[in-house]
Amino acid sequence: MEKKNGVFIGVISAVILLAASVFSYSVSIKKKPDGLWDLISNPSWLGDWPRWLDFPLKEWANAGIDWLVETYGYIFDAINEGLLGVYSSLTSLMVLTPWPVFIVFAAILTYFLSGRKAVVTIIVAACLFSIGLLSPKLWDKMIETTALVVISISLCALIGFPVAIMMSRSDRVRNVVLPVLDLMQTIPAFVYLIPGIMLFGLGAVPAIIATVIYAVPPVIRLTDLGIRMIDSEVIEAADSFGATPMQKLKIIQLPLALPAIMQGINQTTMMALAMVVVASMIGTRGLGDEVLLGLQQLNVGRALEAGLAIVLLAIVLDRITQAYGKRLQERKSDEG
Amino acid sequence: MSKIEIRNIYKIFGPDPTSVMPLVKGGANKQEVMDQTGHVVGLDDVSLDINEGEIFVIMGLSGSGKSTLIRHLNRLIEPTSGSIIVDGENVLKLDAKQLARFRQSKMAMVFQRFGLLPHKNIIENVGFGLQIQMVSEAKRNAAAQEKIDLVGLTGFEKQYPDQLSGGMQQRVGLARALATDPDILLMDEAFSALDPLIRTDMQRRLLELQTSLKKTIVFITHDLDEALFLGDRICILEGGRIAQIGTPEDIILSPADDYVAAFVGDVNKAKVLRAKSVMVSPRKLTAAESKKSVQMPVNALLEDLMPIVLKQGNIIEIIDDAGTVVGQVGGADIAAALEKDNLSA
Repeated sequence: MEKKNGVFIGVISAVILLAASVFSYSVSIKKKPDGLWDLISNPSWLGDWPRWLDFPLKEWANAGIDWLVETYGYIFDAINEGLLGVYSSLTSLMVLTPWPVFIVFAAILTYFLSGRKAVVTIIVAACLFSIGLLSPKLWDKMIETTALVVISISLCALIGFPVAIMMSRSDRVRNVVLPVLDLMQTIPAFVYLIPGIMLFGLGAVPAIIATVIYAVPPVIRLTDLGIRMIDSEVIEAADSFGATPMQKLKIIQLPLALPAIMQGINQTTMMALAMVVVASMIGTRGLGDEVLLGLQQLNVGRALEAGLAIVLLAIVLDRITQAYGKRLQERKSDEG
Repeated sequence: MSKIEIRNIYKIFGPDPTSVMPLVKGGANKQEVMDQTGHVVGLDDVSLDINEGEIFVIMGLSGSGKSTLIRHLNRLIEPTSGSIIVDGENVLKLDAKQLARFRQSKMAMVFQRFGLLPHKNIIENVGFGLQIQMVSEAKRNAAAQEKIDLVGLTGFEKQYPDQLSGGMQQRVGLARALATDPDILLMDEAFSALDPLIRTDMQRRLLELQTSLKKTIVFITHDLDEALFLGDRICILEGGRIAQIGTPEDIILSPADDYVAAFVGDVNKAKVLRAKSVMVSPRKLTAAESKKSVQMPVNALLEDLMPIVLKQGNIIEIIDDAGTVVGQVGGADIAAALEKDNLSA
């Protein structure tokens, strides 16, 4: 069967390649040979890539995006409105919050997630304080960046968990999703920033979309892995007691995969932060914006301050998201 | 009607099992099918009946299909063809919902490596089957506590599985299986991962529990001594086929083929044979003999009779449940039963 599949795929790809060549030959307009005789009598085209073999993917993609904008524009507008609404209300809420309240809130969150560890809590509070200390205007920029990251991670979790759960249940889904994840991680971010701008305009929303595309793979991969690593006999035991798939998920799979899931959330957070900084190129405000301005004005000091603020924010986000996962693992080894 | 009826079960592993069925039905053995098609024959025309309240042991070496067979009973594995009837109900006809109900109420399984939930404590583990049935927490804790007491783990309720020894973990597994009060217990090499001393202890506990529980127990093992000790009846599997089904004594005294004979050749027969299968018809005892004679029940093991005969050189009268003498056993009878070549006695 494996063998049969291999032959099948081979034949299919050969047919597709042939069809693509024939197709390119027939639609292209650049100095196409007059006929078969021309091809044979003047084989100079073998030396250089034949210019008349030109697959019109570019035109198709552009036409596709245009069509998408024209036909389903209202859907993207709705998404745009919705995300923008969430983003701006979250930002203004956090901006309006007095800074000591914000720091205390972050500290309390860290304290309880880390299992009452004073050191981590103090590090987080100190890092946040230092951002404001670097330059007061960086505080507001930091808030904007944080809002983007928080919304992106929430979307990543919302999309990532169901996909990961489906992947862990079916090898077929996994085989389809894995290459897509590879693609998402390797295609340069700017490539999908452009259609993002066309669909959603400049600003925060395409940044969020691009960030989700870039940052969602780790949480999917690690959730899938975490569920698959669970001892098969435990799953078999649940089956033998007549557990439904939902019960298995709730009672066994998610709790046991939680350390891996938290690791995935942590990775996703770090990647989201990196992407949110890059997204300043498409007009997203925030810390990345400051770096970009510093770059454009050759103002090293300004870029350095913003860069340091990004590092401090990264430490804060990393500590908070790792604290919980670490606590889970420590509890596990305590029991051992 | 038997509790469980298994009829003509075939299980073939591979990409296209049905295409291989004619070959297997035509009598090709496991190796031939493997060579010709690359498919693995798990079970080859297995039919057996398991009676209510008995301990039915399925014995075989690894690759004999015993673990595959037990997983057919609750359909953790689907057969390629055949039927499985439990309490008159065809298990293979159940849809997903009915199957879940069936697994919740009819059977519970005990696993070789215990299959406990590492993130739940003992009482939660034991109550797991009831949690699946949406029983309220108070009720399932009460039921779980009762079974924990039954297997002798009182005081360990709040511990986690990895804090317990292997034997204790398997007692948790047993308690968990009993907590849903199933008719049928499936035990898949349940004691194989335990140390020898603990294993013997667990075997004793199981038999002791069984005298009051009277469950139908299907027990898988690769250990002949365990099979002979626990089993009311034993099924020996070889290469996915049934080599022999019978009581421990049937198997010891009249092995069906060379494979079974080789298997049972080294068994300590004194631990298996009972008075009823070695006794001879009673004759009138002399006055001297009857003075020393002792009475033993028909189900007494040979190893219990031997010391009496050896110590006092007397003849044992064998009595049935009603107390009437049905036979007698002397030193010569025991010697004859224990002689190695005398397998077909």
